[in-house]
Amino acid sequence: MDIRFEKVDYTYQPGTPFETRALFDIDLTVLEGSYTALVGHTGSGKSTLLQHLNALLKPTSGVVKIGDRTITPDTDNKNLKPIRKKVGIVFQFPEAQLFEETVAKDIAFGPKNFGVSEEEAVKLAEEYLGLVGLDASYMDRSPFDLSGGQMRRVAIAGVLAMEPEVLVLDEPTAGLDPQGRKEMMEMFWRLHEEKQMTIVLVTHLMDDVADYADYVYVLEKGRIAKCGTPQEVFEDVRWVEEKQIGVPTATAFAEKLQEKGLTFDHLPLTADALADQLLRMGGLSHDE
Amino acid sequence: MMNKLIFGRYIPGDSVIHKLDPRAKLVASFYFIGIIFLANNWQTYLFAAVFTLVCVLLSKISLSFFIRGVRPLIWLILFTVALQMFFTVGGTVYWSWWIFTLTEFGLKNGIFIFCRFILIIFMSTLLTLTTAPLELSDAIEYILRPLKVIRFPVHEISLMLSIALRFVPTLMDETEKIMNAQRARGVDFGEGNLIQKMKAVIPLLIPLFVSSFNRAEDLATAMEARGYNGGEGRTKYRKLDWHLRDSVTILLFAAFTAVLVFLRN
Repeated sequence: MDIRFEKVDYTYQPGTPFETRALFDIDLTVLEGSYTALVGHTGSGKSTLLQHLNALLKPTSGVVKIGDRTITPDTDNKNLKPIRKKVGIVFQFPEAQLFEETVAKDIAFGPKNFGVSEEEAVKLAEEYLGLVGLDASYMDRSPFDLSGGQMRRVAIAGVLAMEPEVLVLDEPTAGLDPQGRKEMMEMFWRLHEEKQMTIVLVTHLMDDVADYADYVYVLEKGRIAKCGTPQEVFEDVRWVEEKQIGVPTATAFAEKLQEKGLTFDHLPLTADALADQLLRMGGLSHDE
Repeated sequence: MMNKLIFGRYIPGDSVIHKLDPRAKLVASFYFIGIIFLANNWQTYLFAAVFTLVCVLLSKISLSFFIRGVRPLIWLILFTVALQMFFTVGGTVYWSWWIFTLTEFGLKNGIFIFCRFILIIFMSTLLTLTTAPLELSDAIEYILRPLKVIRFPVHEISLMLSIALRFVPTLMDETEKIMNAQRARGVDFGEGNLIQKMKAVIPLLIPLFVSSFNRAEDLATAMEARGYNGGEGRTKYRKLDWHLRDSVTILLFAAFTAVLVFLRN
């Protein structure tokens, strides 16, 4: 299922003095099975854009095509549930959405809303609880007794249990420790690789973009400033630095090496790619 | 959802009314609500309306805002007006059916009550549109100060008030976020019958309460860590200044009262 934006504008509170325009003329495509990253400063419109992906917001003008559904400014709010089932969104700090008495019930809540039977939903809950790295002993605990990181996992399991085709992640690892962050990102990668899940990732961490994404959109003040593969976007290090969105660590380091006289055929994005290129240059590799 | 709510919102500006001392504005608006009841004939209402309109124009805020402020209350107003119109007896009877009668007095009373409502709403909207919430809470603290004598916890009340005001927008944002998160999980807010609608609120209310508890705990800890231990011996950062224009405002309201008393019969 592809998601396409055609000339999408969005204005908050139109017709009042509080009117603010958040999106301008956005053309964007999320292809089925892709791993798309959205980056940009705070307030660049990422979160607004993200809410268009499952029709929580409707464009003020323009068209959003989600699979075979077309969302226009006049689309009725009814019958949007099938879209929400197909596009799961993990919002920032999703632990704030937990409310049931037990972890099992909370994870099963989403599937049940989409018509899955009680037993089936509990089965799903157990499966996805395992997937996010918590064992079955957590099933009957209250979500409010858990630590912040565990709550985050339960909340994410709650979205995964809806078995969406497209998974939208709004800074899923914000506020997690490095270990938890790595585990989480790798779990999403496995879902992408093994279940061909389409992933849209909103993040401030360029290393994650470099490691996982196959396409990047850079948003700036509600407009798409640049898009392309991570290689294409980060190639122009000057531009990226000027926009202060950050460069992957490996790229920044390679850039420094370049100033010292080394030449790369193209700037590496990940530590692995950097190591490969250094090895190929010879000489340097024997230092180890 | 909350986009349409104008009543109780603050619009920054730099008009004369914006610059007035919040105490003067607060006292003046409450005073206005009190003395509007002095008006009892065409002249007095006309005069009060002109006075209100001048205040509104001075604020440099478009009139449409004030009209929008009336909108949520319009049914309540019309209901009261209708009650007055059809159940007041006296004077010439224009029309009558079953228990309803439309009389001269009724019509007059209805129109007066309508004007009274509109003027009161305009004045209080003017207060909230031109005064920042924190200014208001400072003003309330100042005005309540004499009550300390009877051991009324003025500082605590005003602290709670300013914290509450500060967190209204934060809580609104939070509500919006949680609503969106639950809608993404398949909850339909405001759909189905009454019981379904009420059930749909649970996934919104519980997280809101929980996050408020957490927020309260964090805030209390942060306040203690910064040396807060009650109202005794605290100094103030935001000081209220009483200017000449504030005294003039109060005098204008006194003059307004005098004219009303003169015009009423």
